Amino acid sequence: MSCKPLFRTISAAAVLAFGASTAAHAATEIQFWHAMEAALGERVNDIANDFNKSQSDYKIVPVFKGTYDQALAAGIAAYRSGNAPAILQVYEVGTATMMQAKKAVIPVYDVFKQAGVPLDEKAFVPTIAGYYSDAKTGHLISMPFNSSTPVLYYNKDAFKKAGLDPNQPPKTWADVEADAKKLKAAGYSCGYSSGWQSWIQLENYSAWHAAPFATKNNGFDGLDAKLEFNKPLQVAHIQFLQNMAKEGTFTYVGRKDEPVSKFYSGDCGIITNSSGSRATIAKFAKFDYGVGMMPYDANVKGAPQNAIIGGASLWVLSGKDPAVYKGVAKFLAYLSTPEVAGKWHQDTGYLPVTQAAYELTQKQGFYDKNPGADIAIKQMLNKPPLPYTKGLRLGNMPQIRTIVDEELEQVWAEKKTPQQALDASVQRGDELLRRFEKTGN
Amino acid sequence: MEKRSRFDTSVLPYLLVAPQLAITALFFLWPAGEALWQATQSQDAFGTSSEFVGLANFRQLFADPLYLSSFSTTMIFCSLVTVSGLVISLLLAACADRVTRGAKAYQTLLIWPYAVAPAIAAVLWSFLFNPSIGLVTYALAKQGIIWNHALNGTQAMFLVVLASVWKQVSYNFLFFYAGLQAIPQSLIEAAAIDGAGPVRRFFGIALPLLSPTSFFLLVVNLVYAFFDTFPVIDAATGGGPAQSTKTLIYKIFAEGFQGLDIGSSGAQSVVLMVIVVALTVIQFRFVERRVQYS
Repeated sequence: MSCKPLFRTISAAAVLAFGASTAAHAATEIQFWHAMEAALGERVNDIANDFNKSQSDYKIVPVFKGTYDQALAAGIAAYRSGNAPAILQVYEVGTATMMQAKKAVIPVYDVFKQAGVPLDEKAFVPTIAGYYSDAKTGHLISMPFNSSTPVLYYNKDAFKKAGLDPNQPPKTWADVEADAKKLKAAGYSCGYSSGWQSWIQLENYSAWHAAPFATKNNGFDGLDAKLEFNKPLQVAHIQFLQNMAKEGTFTYVGRKDEPVSKFYSGDCGIITNSSGSRATIAKFAKFDYGVGMMPYDANVKGAPQNAIIGGASLWVLSGKDPAVYKGVAKFLAYLSTPEVAGKWHQDTGYLPVTQAAYELTQKQGFYDKNPGADIAIKQMLNKPPLPYTKGLRLGNMPQIRTIVDEELEQVWAEKKTPQQALDASVQRGDELLRRFEKTGN
Repeated sequence: MEKRSRFDTSVLPYLLVAPQLAITALFFLWPAGEALWQATQSQDAFGTSSEFVGLANFRQLFADPLYLSSFSTTMIFCSLVTVSGLVISLLLAACADRVTRGAKAYQTLLIWPYAVAPAIAAVLWSFLFNPSIGLVTYALAKQGIIWNHALNGTQAMFLVVLASVWKQVSYNFLFFYAGLQAIPQSLIEAAAIDGAGPVRRFFGIALPLLSPTSFFLLVVNLVYAFFDTFPVIDAATGGGPAQSTKTLIYKIFAEGFQGLDIGSSGAQSVVLMVIVVALTVIQFRFVERRVQYS
């Protein structure tokens, strides 16, 4: 480690010596660490290449660093040893961790300001930008990049067989249960299943029904927030799902994307999962399928409100030359142009992060050719967000999700009542929030 | 007078063990010391602020009933992995020892799984047992058994034990097989002449003579079960359902590397370190007495 600064000095001297003759060609290299696998990673490489070709001052070097948690751990380890990348992709539940590390992170708004690159923060979809903005100043802290929301997928062929209208996805939770019952009666082993239970059945369920997930506007207004998803609204919903599990219309198969394979194999007629699963389903499903909005409870006032996002954003880490940050600002600005953001949305199933990218995609006729591709964004724009439906900003959120997984699994296995499980989740989660609060001060 | 070779200088022996000592210091003592230090700190993920909190991380751990229940999960998991791993591989080795035709083919096939990375082993098994698309799940469903390790804790435990044992059996097999081959044929033949059947010969002669090997494997397998199995658990169950496969080592991995709670994870590693040191001492003090070295 100790030889690194020396090496840098030598290389800097070498650059200076050659500077006079080669300055015009020396592009500043900018490391960009991400967690976009396979096809998504290729798209990231394409974007970086296009940007590198569009100018000669900066060279973006995208590096795949594994899954979201691995990429974040790698970025943190690199920061601790002084080799951090300039841009790091961090998943939405890591947002509070990043915001707390004030010395390690430069807010995106400041990066643009210092570089003298204009940034129109109003251009972003409000519910996406809100997730990544400072609650006090309203300015962007990280750059929205790949965001998704939960949507409902249903098997149209199975609907036909069960005597249901294949063009009518279940709208309310009561519909989901009724349709799942008919699917069961028609011989399907699993009516409804869902992945990412904390994100879909509690975080998004709360926002979709205009209810807070935690106090202090879901943590946006302070580290001293407390969880409050053990209220009658959420308990009733988990009770509803437990009843479905008992009667066999809801099948739990795993914490993450497991229901997707259960859906495209034809076992499950209805699932809720990330809008980002659309590409996988399109690839493997050998039947006609449709996409619908997240179901809601018709008796809840104000529902449906708006969805909140999952996915990741791009963070700028500190400790680099000003020249690097100028390049970072230009690259981030390039990412949010309607053409680039629109193509990213169309290729991947992630949301268009700006209004302009959404409108451009509409104009290009993409949604006419790909019905259902606009459901995710429609859910985000459904209503202007309330202060507590902008998203979540809670520390130790990855662990809180694990806690919710553990507790809900006991509900599906009928070892706990919904009230007991949610109370336990809130109590255990609050302990983690207090731990996070302490390390922040 | 005692006759032994002596080196004149006192530097040489130290020089000769120096590389080993350096490796031990670099890869064992330093990280262990680091863990001890982290365990007393309250730190944000980036390490930009750090505060000495003494034993607060330990107090918080032992006040958590779920941490304590993770101990029993670990004990169940480790004994299942160690006992079934040793028994199965001994059985296989004893069978392979009696095979005369195609012995090489058996050996090779039995050693293969050892070359598979733990995470891949877990993924292979969880594919077979996948609640939505697994082959075994499908076969079991035909028999009327519903397999869903995402919900059923016992099934989840069975799956992670199966994947961990499957991986370790090859290693154990290799040692048992070599041990069996090293037993003098004359002893076995003498017993056979005295009228002992294969089973009697195995328990009366082979097993006692294998005791050094068995003891060595017991230590190695316990360490394996305690420390090396988190990739298997991560890929197969993620510690679930509920907490039914959350062993101590997996908890450290999940909270330190995924949850970025370095203080708590450091404290947990220290606790685990103490447990394994204690177990090893017990083994050498009490179990080794019964081992017969020839």
